[in-house]
Parts: sequence; C-alpha cells; structure tokens
Amino acid sequence: MASVEHIETETPVAGEGVRRRDFINIAAVSFAGVGAVAVVLPLINQMNPSADVLALASTEVDLSAIQPGQAIKTTFRAQPLFVRHLTPDEIAKADAVDASSLRDPQTLEERTVDGKKQWLVTMGVCTHLGCVPLGAGEGENKGEFGGYFCPCHGSSYDTAARIRKGPAPTNLMVPEYKYTSDTAILVG
Amino acid sequence: MLRPALVAIGAFFTLMLLYSFGAGAVSYISEPPAATVEHEFHLPPKEVAFSFNGPLGHYDRQQLQRGFQVYKEVCSACHSLKFVSFRDLQQIGYNEAEVKAIAKQWAIKTPDVDPATGEMSTRDPVPADKFPKPFANNVAAAAANNNAIPPDLSLMTKARHHGSAYVYSLLTGYQPQPAELLKKFPDAATPPGLNYNPYFPNLNLAMAQPLVAEGQVTYTDGTKPTVDQMAQDIAAFLTWTAEPKLENRRSAGLAALVFLAIATGLAYAAYQNIWRDKKH
Amino acid sequence: MSFPWAEHYTPKAPVMKWLDERLPLPRLVYGAVGAGYPVPRNLNYFWNFGVLAGVALMIQIVSGIVLGMHYAANELVAFGTTEHIMRDVNAGWAIRYAHANGASFFFIVVYLHIFRGLYYGSYKAPREMVWLLGLVIFLLMMATAFMGYVLPWGQMSYWGAKVITGLFGAIPVVGEPIQTWLLGGFAPGNAALNRFFSLHYLLPFVIAGVIILHIWALHIPGSNNPTGVDVKGPQDTVPFHPYYTAKDGFGLGVFLILFSILLFFAPNFLGHPDNYIEANPLSTPAHIVPEWYFWPFYAILRAFTFDFFFVPAKLLGVVAMFASILLLFFLPWLDNSPVRSGSYRPLFKKFFWFGLIPCVLILGYCGGAPAEEPYVMLSQLASAYYFAHFLIILPAIAYFEKPLPLPNSITEAVLAKHGAKNDTDSRGLTPGAVPAE
Repeated sequence: MASVEHIETETPVAGEGVRRRDFINIAAVSFAGVGAVAVVLPLINQMNPSADVLALASTEVDLSAIQPGQAIKTTFRAQPLFVRHLTPDEIAKADAVDASSLRDPQTLEERTVDGKKQWLVTMGVCTHLGCVPLGAGEGENKGEFGGYFCPCHGSSYDTAARIRKGPAPTNLMVPEYKYTSDTAILVG
Repeated sequence: MLRPALVAIGAFFTLMLLYSFGAGAVSYISEPPAATVEHEFHLPPKEVAFSFNGPLGHYDRQQLQRGFQVYKEVCSACHSLKFVSFRDLQQIGYNEAEVKAIAKQWAIKTPDVDPATGEMSTRDPVPADKFPKPFANNVAAAAANNNAIPPDLSLMTKARHHGSAYVYSLLTGYQPQPAELLKKFPDAATPPGLNYNPYFPNLNLAMAQPLVAEGQVTYTDGTKPTVDQMAQDIAAFLTWTAEPKLENRRSAGLAALVFLAIATGLAYAAYQNIWRDKKH
Repeated sequence: MSFPWAEHYTPKAPVMKWLDERLPLPRLVYGAVGAGYPVPRNLNYFWNFGVLAGVALMIQIVSGIVLGMHYAANELVAFGTTEHIMRDVNAGWAIRYAHANGASFFFIVVYLHIFRGLYYGSYKAPREMVWLLGLVIFLLMMATAFMGYVLPWGQMSYWGAKVITGLFGAIPVVGEPIQTWLLGGFAPGNAALNRFFSLHYLLPFVIAGVIILHIWALHIPGSNNPTGVDVKGPQDTVPFHPYYTAKDGFGLGVFLILFSILLFFAPNFLGHPDNYIEANPLSTPAHIVPEWYFWPFYAILRAFTFDFFFVPAKLLGVVAMFASILLLFFLPWLDNSPVRSGSYRPLFKKFFWFGLIPCVLILGYCGGAPAEEPYVMLSQLASAYYFAHFLIILPAIAYFEKPLPLPNSITEAVLAKHGAKNDTDSRGLTPGAVPAE
C-alpha cells in the first residue's frame, strides 16, 4: 500500500481504465507543480530592483561649472561617478602613450565622445576589488600617472583613467552616456 | 480537587457577568442612552457608479487625468500626496516627456541641499521624486490652516469606509446646517471656522468647501467641469493613488481562480479515484 | 509507530537507501505523513484543517521573509516602507496582501481545527498532550499576529499596541513597570516596534517547532475519528498516503480558491481603514478594535463593568480574558464523559450547537462593535455562557448524559452508513466505469 501505483495493481482492471485513472493523478500532481512555479516566480522577482530604484537608473550631470583640471564626484546608480575636465596637457600626456602597450589597450578617443575629448566620464570604482580611487577631489593623491590612485591595493590610473600599475585588471569603466546639451550629459 | 476549584471559578465569572448584565439592563431601560447628533444626522456615503466598481472594474484613464488636474489645481495647495511619485503618472496615461514637464512645472518645489553651499534649498522636482509636500511639517500645516492639519491624500480612499464614495459625498455634501438639527440639538450648532457636512463623521469639518463652482478647472478633454463631475474625478484619482495596482490585482486574481478551479477539479477527481475502493 | 500493521519504509531508489542508512529522514517523513501512518478510514472534511493550518503557516513564513527584505522597523519609515512594498516592489502588493489575509486564513482554519477537536472530543485521553500543545501553538499565534499587526505602524497598529500592553498595566503594583518594560518606553515607539519585529520574525519558527511536537504527540495514539471509537485493527485504517494526501490536496484547492478570492478581490475586507492612516500618538481613532480573530476575547475583556470589592473591573476583564483561553488547558479534565465524539452525546451536542457556537459568534460580533449598548449587555450574557459552558455545564453533562450506543468499530460504523454487509471490494463494475460512491 505504499504508493498510488501499488493500489492500482491491487485491483487489476482492464488497461484502459487504469491508464485514465493514472492520467488523472498525474495531471493533478502536475497542476500542483505548475502552480508552485507560478507562486515562486514573483517571490524571486521581488528581489529585483524595485520601481523607485529603477527610476534613479539615470543621472543628469551639469558640466558647465567644472573648470579644466578639475573633477567632480557624483553618483550614478548609487555608485561614485567621476567627471573630469582634462587640461590640454593631460590630453597630450594620455595621447603620448602607445595604447597597444597597455594592460587594457584603449585610446583616450575610444574612452570619450567624439569632439568632447576633454570630458572624461568614468565610474569611480576600482576594477580590482571595487574601492573608490582617489584623485577626483581637490588635493587628493592622483598617483604616479596623474589620474587616479586606489588606496586599497595601489592601482594607479593615468589621465585617461587607464590602468597603468597595480593589481586592477582593466581601465576604470566608462558608463553609457550622451550629451543632452553642450554642457550637460545624461548617464545611463 | 481541581474540578471543584475550576467549577467555583466558572461560577464566579458567570455570576459576576450575569450581575453586570442585569445592572446594565436595568439602567438601559430606566435611562436609555441619549440620542446623539452624529447618530441622527450622519449620512452614509452616496451611491456612485465608478468605472472601477465591482470585482472586474477598470480605471478610466481619462477620468484619472481629470482627477489629477483637480488635485493639481485645487487640492495640492494644502494636501500632500507623499507616497505617490511623478513617475507614477505614466500609469494613468501620461508619457515620459509629459511627466517630466509636469514635475518641472510643479508649483511646490522639492527640498534639497544646495550642492555648492550646503544650505537647505529647493529644486524642481524630477519624475523620480515623490510629490513635494505643501507644508514642511505638521506645525507649519496647522499654523497655516487654523490649527487643522490637512491630511495626506495618498491613501485617503483606503483610510475611510467606502473611501471612493466617501470622498465624492464629502465634496458634494456641504450644506447649511438643517433647522431641524438646531431645533433638536441646540448645542450642536457648527462652531465658527468649521463647516457642516453630514458625510463627515462628527458633522463639522475644518476644510471649507473646496469645489464651489462649475468651471473651477478647465478640462482639456472637453468634459463639462460641474462640481459633481470634478468630485467624481478627484475621488477616482484618489482611488488610484491609494490602490495603483488594482487592475494588476484583479487580472492576476482572475488567472489564479481559473487555474485553481481546474487544479481543484483535478484534485477532486484524483481523490475520488484513489478512494474508489474504500468505503469511508 | 503505534499500530503494529503500519507499513515500514523500504527505500526503492539506491540514493534513498544510501540516505536512509545515514540519515533516516525519508523514514521519518514516511512514518509521519506517508504511507507508514495508518489513519482511521472514516475521517470527514473537518480533519482537513490540520494540514491546512500547516500550509497557512508556510504561506506566512515565506511571504513574511520576503516582506522582511523590504520592510524597515523604524517608526519614521515603517509606514513608508510598507507603502513602498505596495507600490514599487515587484509583486509587493500581492505578497503583502497574501501575508495580511494569510493571517486571517490561518486563524480561520485553526478555529475550525479547534472546534473539530471540541466536538469530536479530540482533547480527551489519550490525546491530552496533542490538545495542550495545540493550545500552546494557538497562544503563540495570537502573540505573533498581534505583534505583526503593529509593524505597518498605522493608527490601529499604534493604538492596538498601546491598548494591549495597557492590559498588563491592570495588574496591581507590578503592572505599570511591566508595561513600560514591554514597550521599552512610556508609549509605543521605536523600541517597541523593533522588538515586536524581532519577535514577530522569531515566533513563527517556534510555532513550527511546537507543531512538530504536536504531530509527534498525535502519532502516539493516532488520529481521532468522527465516531471517537478506538482503532481496533488494520481494517479500520488506511495509510495516510495516498488516501489522505489526496483528500488534503482537494481541501487545499478549495482553501486556495477562497484565499484567492479575498486576496485578489477584497484584500482589505478583513482589515480596518484606520490602519491606512500613519500612526499618530496625539490622535486616537474613534473606535479601536483588534483584528477580527481577537474579537471574542476582546468582547470578554470589555464585558466586565463592575468592580468586585477591591478588584477593579479592568483587572477582572483582563483576568477573565486570559482565563477564557487558559481554561481550555483544563478541558481534558473538566469533561470526563467516557464518550469522545459529540455525535453520540445527545446533551453535549445540544449545548455545543445551540450554546457554545452562538455564544462565540455573538462574542465575536460584539467584540468588533463599538463599546456601547446593547453590545456590552450582549457580550456580558455571552461571556457568562462561555464560562458556564466550559467550567460548569461540561462537567455536569458528564454526570447526567446518557450516551447513544457506540458502534463496535470504525469499520462497523462505515458499513452501517453504506448499508453493506462486508468490507471487500464492492464493485462488480464494468472496466472503466465510474464507481458510484
């Protein structure tokens, strides 16, 4: 009497009836399974970002107040975002490097928008283990390549925020953004 | 030993309660409770045929937009809507650009910290913001409104019995105090500064009649803005603010019930099937 | 297990054999709710509610854990995070409504489960421990539900917390210090909200633990049945699986349909509008009522309007309210009629259906009504009957009642119902025909 099947065989009836009854039991259990999945899906989905979090998924940044040589720290998707107004000197320094010799080969052009080479927009998240590098604030250590320096494990980034020294595997990430006017960008 | 003790306890409670009942009944008969003015003159909400009534009703997006316009032009000067965001307006049929414009042009600004000076300041709301509150806090609200704090409206229709009809009835229910009431309860004259409304639980409320004349707002969809129409529209809008997921809920419920009906039918068949050979 | 003819677990799949030899969990489950638990064959639908209560607890635990991921127990934001769940969290509205209405359904099935036990004498020897543990679960449920209702921090939450902790304030001398200790302050606030959240999260797992004891204690004598007659042999029982799993599956379907109707189409029907107003310590709602499942006890609390010498009415009400639950712990010894099932007790049956049931319904109705006449008088009468029923009438019935003749066995009762002579397979059915049962 251990299971459904056992009971079926206890009272043998011609095949047709048994199969139909098996079918009912299997269908009932299958429906229960489908129902369970239908309940579990929203329970998993509730852990995804909620509507208010998604509403903050893009950030507008006004560039007009940032002088050449200055950088600002703002936030994008609850993480630091660095916007840096490069001086001609810094641009020249970045361009002087042979990109193919770098750990993560990229030129400054590739990391900025066409014709807006002086605006370097990157995430302020070190690609090593996610610390916030120094160098965006006034008077902070910019590291030996004049860009950003991560105090956690000593990664140094250059003026195009490319990794030059230290454990970080890739350059500081450039988020997706577009210019909404000459002096404003929309990140995300 | 235990049982007699328990029986004695039972007898004590029972006699005590019967005595209380007797005494209560005597005083109830000898001096019946006096009629109160609320009891005699408070009215239940009027019947209104909203599009969302009934288990399968839907919101009328046009009506919600009209109601939003009434909120914006009439209510929002005093009443906050603090749990609703501008971005939520997309659910009632505005597109992203319209929502952005509505937020930017909102008369009340969002409090913020000036990024340059660190001083408290304000900025234009953005779609992600909640509707800014008209008063910084309850003290300011009370000071500006003759000591009555205008309640937040986000959940108003769920915070009252028959909320949608209640809001409509209240807004259309202002009237002079009936002479009959004053004759019967001379002490119950509406105090100065309050307004008589039989749909309000204690009959007198601080809010003056907000919807006073036809044409108080101008509807862009050509609907005639009678007081009755405006009251219905704002009641509908506040029903949406309180229960924005009403339509999702009902359609999910329908799917769930259809599924469960089939599953339960199958479960019954399986149950009969398994018990086929057993009498019980 | 209790019956010698209970099936023993024999693992079929090699992996189950491997597991069974190292951790006999499959064996435990098999014996507890599988084919290894012989159950009387004549259980009616009232026996579905135990399993349904377990399902309700699971619904509460799962939805509650998920809500806890979004809720913040802080008086400044608790109400706002609740609204955040309702508006912005993916499917948050469904999860919260499921939790709020799930509490009501938990109480509905548990009340039906208790009334089944009361009518069929399931509290009597040898099942006293099952009954006592069940009451412990009931008390824990009440505490959990009360603290859960405080969490949204609406007006009813706040004033409910204030009034219920105020009950302890009625205790002479130590009452007020106890109330302050419970709240961690002089009125409900952050401290109270946080500890209620912590305990509200903890107690359901304690309940789950006591449920395991409850089921363990049940498996010693085995389930009661509508005749109240002991199981005499294998012919009186069927294995729990598949017979009662199938029946419970059907019961679960019906339960979920009713639950869905409330959840999706009237989710606030059992709630109170005032709890959609944020807590305000300076303004009391016109009419403070607890959730519906506390109404009978709330009515008893308010029924006491007279001081008894030096004992104030308030204290009497509090004592009576707790007594109304505690007296159930003595029930196995108050009712010493040798017959279990109410079906064979003509006098008991009359008092049950025409006394206790209306009395509890009246108490429930009055508990939800405002504290004015005639509701107070009605609840005084009904409370008087409540205490009389359990503490005076039940012991008395046992002396005066002449029970109806009991069937010799469960099988005999079943066969008498069907008018058949023997218990063999009754069908001379053509293959595939639907049995006419």
